[in-house]
Amino acid sequence: MVYPPKVAKEPPLLERGPIAWVRRNLLSSPYNIAFTILGLAILYMIIPPFVKWAIIDANFVGHSKADCTGNGACWVFVKEKLNMFFFGFYPHDQIWRPELVIASAAALGAFAKFVRGLHPFKLLLIVLFPIYAFVLLHGGSFGLPMVETSKWGGLLLTLVIASVGIVLSFPIGIILALGRQSKLPIIKSLSVFYIEFVRGVPLITVLFMASVVLPLFFPEGVNFDKLARALIGITLFEAAYVAENIRSGFQAIPKGQYEAADALGLSYWQKMALVILPQAIKVTIPNLVGTFISLFKDTSLVMIIGLFDLLAMVTVTANDRDWLGMDTEGYVFVAFVFWVFTFSMSLYSKRLEKKLDTNNK
Amino acid sequence: MKRLLKLSAVTALATATLAMAGTLEDVQKAGVLKCGVNTGLPGFSEADSKGQWRGLDVDYCRALAAVVLGDATKVKYVPLNAKERFTALQSGEIDVLSRNTTNTETRDTSLGINFTGVMYYDGQGFMVPRALGVKSAKELDGATVCIQAGTTTELNLADYFRSNNMKFKAITFDTNDQVTKAFASGRCDVLTTDASGLYATRTKLKDPDKYVVLPEIISKEPLAPAVRQGDDQWFDIAKWTRNALLTAEEKGVAMANVDEAAAKSTDPEVRRLLSVEGKMCENLKLPKGCFANAIKQVGNYGEIFERNVGVKTPLKIERGLNALWNKGGIQYSPPFR
Repeated sequence: MVYPPKVAKEPPLLERGPIAWVRRNLLSSPYNIAFTILGLAILYMIIPPFVKWAIIDANFVGHSKADCTGNGACWVFVKEKLNMFFFGFYPHDQIWRPELVIASAAALGAFAKFVRGLHPFKLLLIVLFPIYAFVLLHGGSFGLPMVETSKWGGLLLTLVIASVGIVLSFPIGIILALGRQSKLPIIKSLSVFYIEFVRGVPLITVLFMASVVLPLFFPEGVNFDKLARALIGITLFEAAYVAENIRSGFQAIPKGQYEAADALGLSYWQKMALVILPQAIKVTIPNLVGTFISLFKDTSLVMIIGLFDLLAMVTVTANDRDWLGMDTEGYVFVAFVFWVFTFSMSLYSKRLEKKLDTNNK
Repeated sequence: MKRLLKLSAVTALATATLAMAGTLEDVQKAGVLKCGVNTGLPGFSEADSKGQWRGLDVDYCRALAAVVLGDATKVKYVPLNAKERFTALQSGEIDVLSRNTTNTETRDTSLGINFTGVMYYDGQGFMVPRALGVKSAKELDGATVCIQAGTTTELNLADYFRSNNMKFKAITFDTNDQVTKAFASGRCDVLTTDASGLYATRTKLKDPDKYVVLPEIISKEPLAPAVRQGDDQWFDIAKWTRNALLTAEEKGVAMANVDEAAAKSTDPEVRRLLSVEGKMCENLKLPKGCFANAIKQVGNYGEIFERNVGVKTPLKIERGLNALWNKGGIQYSPPFR
């Protein structure tokens, strides 16, 4: 006698598939039902008018405000001002330079992904890239006309500030975090003082100091580049936050790891570089990326010291007498661009977390 | 150490005053005029789609560059917000501040700056829907007024209505955009702010022609360029650049006919203005024909006004107070003699 195992019956219709999902997640209790209805009502109030404004009634073709008829959004404005949004006051016949830098950055990213590990050529390229980008953007050598940093603007400026801030604040933050963990009293107290002092001051104050107060101390005519002042301010500010993130990573590492490294006879630097830091940084990736995302958005504060980042370009472009009253379109577009960047950053951090996950949670 | 610090502070101060004396030399040596402008004010200082600055305040920078350097394009624009504008001038980041700045006693006397002549007479005004049929602000008794909270606008308004024995109901908002939206949706009969802003606000409305700006101006806001105090030569140049633009309009010398006027005009003042005779430019230590350069490259005051804010632009501002003294306004230049 053979008893073939019976194929299991599928669960009843109400317990599987989308219906079950809706029942479980949206309609499981009277409260849930009420919130679902409320949520749908809010979505209904927001989405159809927005779609109507942004797509159905919107104007996409044309070259001037006169081409925008009807009640919808005037995307012609964004189209005509696209170069302003992306590159600010960068001379329009030189725009190939920032474009080339961005293309090179993308190529370098792809290359870095393709060549695995710490290949020396790859490291060399990564170290040389900022110099290459600066020479190309700033010019003044190799026959390129000089473009002062005061003319950099829009998305270009946002990316420059954010990437310089992220890249430089990271190592400084690590050093500060190590300093705070140090057993040497002077180093420790200096690090603690620096971190706590900087974290007690708003970024806007730091920027104001850098742009309004600092010039009064310089002799007349000595003018330290405004962008450089802002970059130094933002980097030093952000380093304190990075340091605290990394310190939280240190504290998550079990004491046994330190002791094991000591038992192997590793020196302090070997212990930190080979055992503690890699694990600590891995643990703090979500926090670090959170800090970097907020840094990316904080770059718009440079508007108050007269640098024109992506957000400030809305004010500039919407005050053009030929395009008055286009603020809404500008803000929606800029919000979208910001979202694309910050969302990609958080996606990347998720991927990185998965890749580095060694299942020892 | 302390002494060293003191010493370096003293030298820094000394070099500061030394450099401050010679703005003209500095500008000529750099070959470029650093001009502080607004980050964005329609008609006065704004960037077009190519990132080029234009506007009435911007044109003053260009005229000054033409006078000093002979080339109106040799200007480095430094966009400034309201807070940093005076620091930028004091610290030498800019050579001249041309940023819709009201000349007031406190600013002139306590900030270490000097205001040159007025480029635009502004003042608080009123806008009403055309359908209301109001012709003068004196007919506004009992009106509902939209205003921005916490501005001098609010105080000026109360003063004006009280001195005219009229009543009003104020609806205040935090930002200018909210004021505009409320006015557009009919929540109030009257919108009030500085006249130049009033015209820009009007173009933001759905159907600008449905609204009129009333003729009354109830406060004085003379907008003037400013230079650092303590450099009289540079102050003179900045002042007489503005005067030259006005005199050119008064005498009918315009962009198109400068050369012709220089060659043919028999009017002694025109001949002096254009350096055909006299030593007007030499007195300012500038090369001959300095003012002719400005008029040729930027135009006279009337041309600058009409091009940037005049009735043919989206702002549609009438000359009003800014007409020449002999045409019903108060723009007036001392003689070139």
